[in-house]
Amino acid sequence: MSHDAKLAYMANQIGKFFAHQPADQAVDSIADHLLKFWDPRMRRAIVVHIEQSGEAGLDPRVLKAIEKVRAHDRQKTAVVAR
Amino acid sequence: MELIKETDYGTPAAKSDKTVTLTIDGFGVTVPEGTSIMRAAMTLGVQVPKLCATDSLAAFGSCRLCLVEIEGRAGTPASCTTPVAAGMVVTTQNDRLARLRRNVMELYISDHPLDCLTCSANGNCELQDMAGAVGLREVRYGYAGENHLAAAKDESNPYFTFDPAKCIVCSRCVRACEEVQGTFALTVDGRGFESTIAAGMAESFLDSECVSCGACVQACPTATLMEKSLIEAGQPEHSVVTTCAYCGVGCSFKAEMRGGEVIRMVPYKDGKANHGHSCVKGRFAWGYATHRDRILKPMVREKITDPWREVSWEEALGRVASEFKRIQATYGRGSIGGITSSRCTNEETYLVQKLVRGVFGNNNVDTCARVCHSPTGYGLKTTLGTSAGTQDFDSVEEADVMLVIGANPTDAHPVFASQMKRRLRAGARLIVIDPRRTDLVRSPHIKTDYHLPLRPGTNVAMLNALAHVIVTEGLVNRDFVRERGDARSFAEWEHFVAKAENAPEAVASVTGVPAETVHAAARLYATGGKAAIYYGLGVTEHSQGTTAVMGMANLAMATGNIGRRGVGVNPLRGQNNVQGSCDMGSFPHELPGYRHISDGATRALFEAAWGVHLESEPGLRIPNMFDAAVDGTFKGLYVQGEDIVQSDPDTKHVTSGLAAMECIVVQDLFLNETANFAHVFLPGSTFLEKDGTFTNAERRIGRVRKVMPPKAGMADWEITLAIAQAMGVPMHYDHPSEIMDEIARLTPTFTGVSFKKLDEVGSLQWPCNAKAPAGTPIMHVGGFVRGKGNFVVTEYVPTDEKVGPRFPLLLTTGRILSQYNVGAQTRRTDNVVWHEEDRLEIHPHDAEERGVRDGDWVRLASRSGETTLRAKITERVAPGVVYTTFHHPDTQANVVTTDFSDWATNCPEYKVTAVQISPSNGPTEWQESYRDMAEKSRRIDVKVPATAAE
Repeated sequence: MSHDAKLAYMANQIGKFFAHQPADQAVDSIADHLLKFWDPRMRRAIVVHIEQSGEAGLDPRVLKAIEKVRAHDRQKTAVVAR
Repeated sequence: MELIKETDYGTPAAKSDKTVTLTIDGFGVTVPEGTSIMRAAMTLGVQVPKLCATDSLAAFGSCRLCLVEIEGRAGTPASCTTPVAAGMVVTTQNDRLARLRRNVMELYISDHPLDCLTCSANGNCELQDMAGAVGLREVRYGYAGENHLAAAKDESNPYFTFDPAKCIVCSRCVRACEEVQGTFALTVDGRGFESTIAAGMAESFLDSECVSCGACVQACPTATLMEKSLIEAGQPEHSVVTTCAYCGVGCSFKAEMRGGEVIRMVPYKDGKANHGHSCVKGRFAWGYATHRDRILKPMVREKITDPWREVSWEEALGRVASEFKRIQATYGRGSIGGITSSRCTNEETYLVQKLVRGVFGNNNVDTCARVCHSPTGYGLKTTLGTSAGTQDFDSVEEADVMLVIGANPTDAHPVFASQMKRRLRAGARLIVIDPRRTDLVRSPHIKTDYHLPLRPGTNVAMLNALAHVIVTEGLVNRDFVRERGDARSFAEWEHFVAKAENAPEAVASVTGVPAETVHAAARLYATGGKAAIYYGLGVTEHSQGTTAVMGMANLAMATGNIGRRGVGVNPLRGQNNVQGSCDMGSFPHELPGYRHISDGATRALFEAAWGVHLESEPGLRIPNMFDAAVDGTFKGLYVQGEDIVQSDPDTKHVTSGLAAMECIVVQDLFLNETANFAHVFLPGSTFLEKDGTFTNAERRIGRVRKVMPPKAGMADWEITLAIAQAMGVPMHYDHPSEIMDEIARLTPTFTGVSFKKLDEVGSLQWPCNAKAPAGTPIMHVGGFVRGKGNFVVTEYVPTDEKVGPRFPLLLTTGRILSQYNVGAQTRRTDNVVWHEEDRLEIHPHDAEERGVRDGDWVRLASRSGETTLRAKITERVAPGVVYTTFHHPDTQANVVTTDFSDWATNCPEYKVTAVQISPSNGPTEWQESYRDMAEKSRRIDVKVPATAAE
């Protein structure tokens, strides 16, 4: 499994654990997990992977969570840059 | 320093709240009801002569040496078997008793060699002592009569001898094997004068089922059972109490010394984790400390294909600093990291994470707990609020039901297993959930009530099925849940587990376990009294490891089996300091005390104490490090005391990552497999050379005390300090106790811990702080650490590692009694006589289908890789399941395991690999090429002094 494919696989695994939750809550839970446990380079890598490969086989909720993570990381970068 | 000799009270302490007052030799004494006269006398300091009695064993009353007189009673009863009574008046010594005892001793000595001066027990022999105590001056019968003096000595065991010529048949060894160890390997063979001690079916000790725990040697009052090391070196002259560096039981030992040489390791009676018991590893397998393979000089090399070059400490440390700085300047601050070890002390571990966070300036620190119990941390914190087990070991003495899942304690945690077995023999019930038929399923005097031999990878389905029965059959402890549980999460969980898809009948096709067995096990767990869960890596090392941990916590909360003695959720930690390494902030997302790195207040606390800025983002976990290395963003690694090449899954991926890095620094005892990819080698120390603390599976912090100086000249903590200094960020400590003082200042659960206090009280279980100054044996009493208990929905998600036509069998891995993890230590001891190679356990049906006979070489292939090893045909594994250990680098079982991992923690899925087995006639190409590479990699260029060369 390539590095990118593995990241997508891992993100989907997280998504499956929170699958029982209502959609909004699940998206928050997945995003929270990614922010708490994934090194920023892993988060960047999966964002780039999505940009290059579209949905990359990711569950829709996981995609939304990664979007949240991207927004969070962008905001944080902007704050640091200021 | 002196030789520590614990007081032997002759019989075990009585457990009673009532007391009895009596008079012994004119002195009044008050003792618990049920105490023997012998023990009561000893509390007064009166030593009643004895041979068959010792306080680790129930009274036996066979030697007739401990006779006493009791006012108003006829005869001379044995003081070991006679309990005290109120108002009793006892005489332990008068002419009549002295005469009787001398007569008894005459008989013993008439059949005993008179070689005291050359006997290995000289100076430490109870028979000799008793001969002196009773005033034996002659043996009227002479020595020419029938005797056992020519009986042959059994020297088969690598660690101790059995000399029947010196045996007095007191049965202490037999009883120790039964009562203390629970193996029942010894017996008294024959009757009367023909009685002899026999191992197994009158076999040699080595050939018998003896597990070499040493309990018999410990119990023997003569030189009959004696350590070979002591026979060779003589009696020790001083001892130091320290903590074993093998498994997570954390046994206390006396290192008995002569000068700077260890003579023997003797389990310490006051050790709160082991109560004077031991296993073959801790008791005997310490010879690796002086093994010729130890590397005692720092070494460097430019490329991993170069031979090593011995250098000064200054040069080696300078190389580490300059390389790490160069890498960070080239690839960024996050391009280097460190790995702490669960085999190192808390203080060493704390320093490594401090080095990474404070000096490297990132959070790329992880520990080998990543690959074993990281799901425990996540799972128990989420449900209960604390990343640790809930009980002390002694809690098992009050358990009515034990549920053992994914653990094989008789092999991996043998001393605690003996404690479990004692409780089981006393009537506790047992449920075993394990694909293999482990010894707990059936062994002498142990028989599980329900064995649920589930298919590997189906733990969560099984736990949900158990929960389903509990919920649908009305077995939930509603009062407990109402008072202690979070109502909303409970309602959600209850609704989930009650679904038909979780019924035992529905999951039977997944788990392979008949529904009625699951029903019965669930009923027993919920209604059998106090029920305790014990689990191991068979739970955590799965793609749903964390989910399974939460599933167990759900079960315990739903049935009220938490927050008191006899119950709980108890991880059996694989290595000596897994708990401690996690406590110390080894994970990339947590500071010491399990506080997330993103928490600004906690970060500020550490920033103020360390005088540095701390990164707020989590770093790379170990598997992520390998991925990042392959990806080119991770280039430098400091590995203290862990062999990631042999222990981590998917070896080819691990080695690809390491080979892509530019500076790997290995600090270890030996040139392990990881060192094959290293550029700097820093010689580390054994536990015998360390000062510090370990924290065992019951959160018990115990002292590790140095019995000899570090053989390489620098202690492990000093090496980490020197790296920090060389990188320009010095840390200031003069002793490991100062490191613990800092940990205590910065960690709320450790504020009451110090070396001074540990030396005073022996050990402490965290939390130890103002609220709990004496520590906390049982967690969550009266309330959960997180407040209300959080029930978590645990949907079963099958692993993607599936069997199919190409790989139709499931491989699961584990370890055995005599070897320890990657075997770096135990392979360098005589423990190899029991396990000189990894074997593949395969069911007779699967073997026959493939034309494999017992002992044949077989090829073990998975989607990741293949290796060869010899087959062992056994019904311990179910059809469709095979099993092996990972102790030997020649096998490299992890070439076969995959890089699937737990969804939450990335803990590898070691326990489920789809494989195929086929006959083989030799090692694989990979094995051969790896062996060649390893051999070349271990070359050391030693500079020969010019004069010697001439």
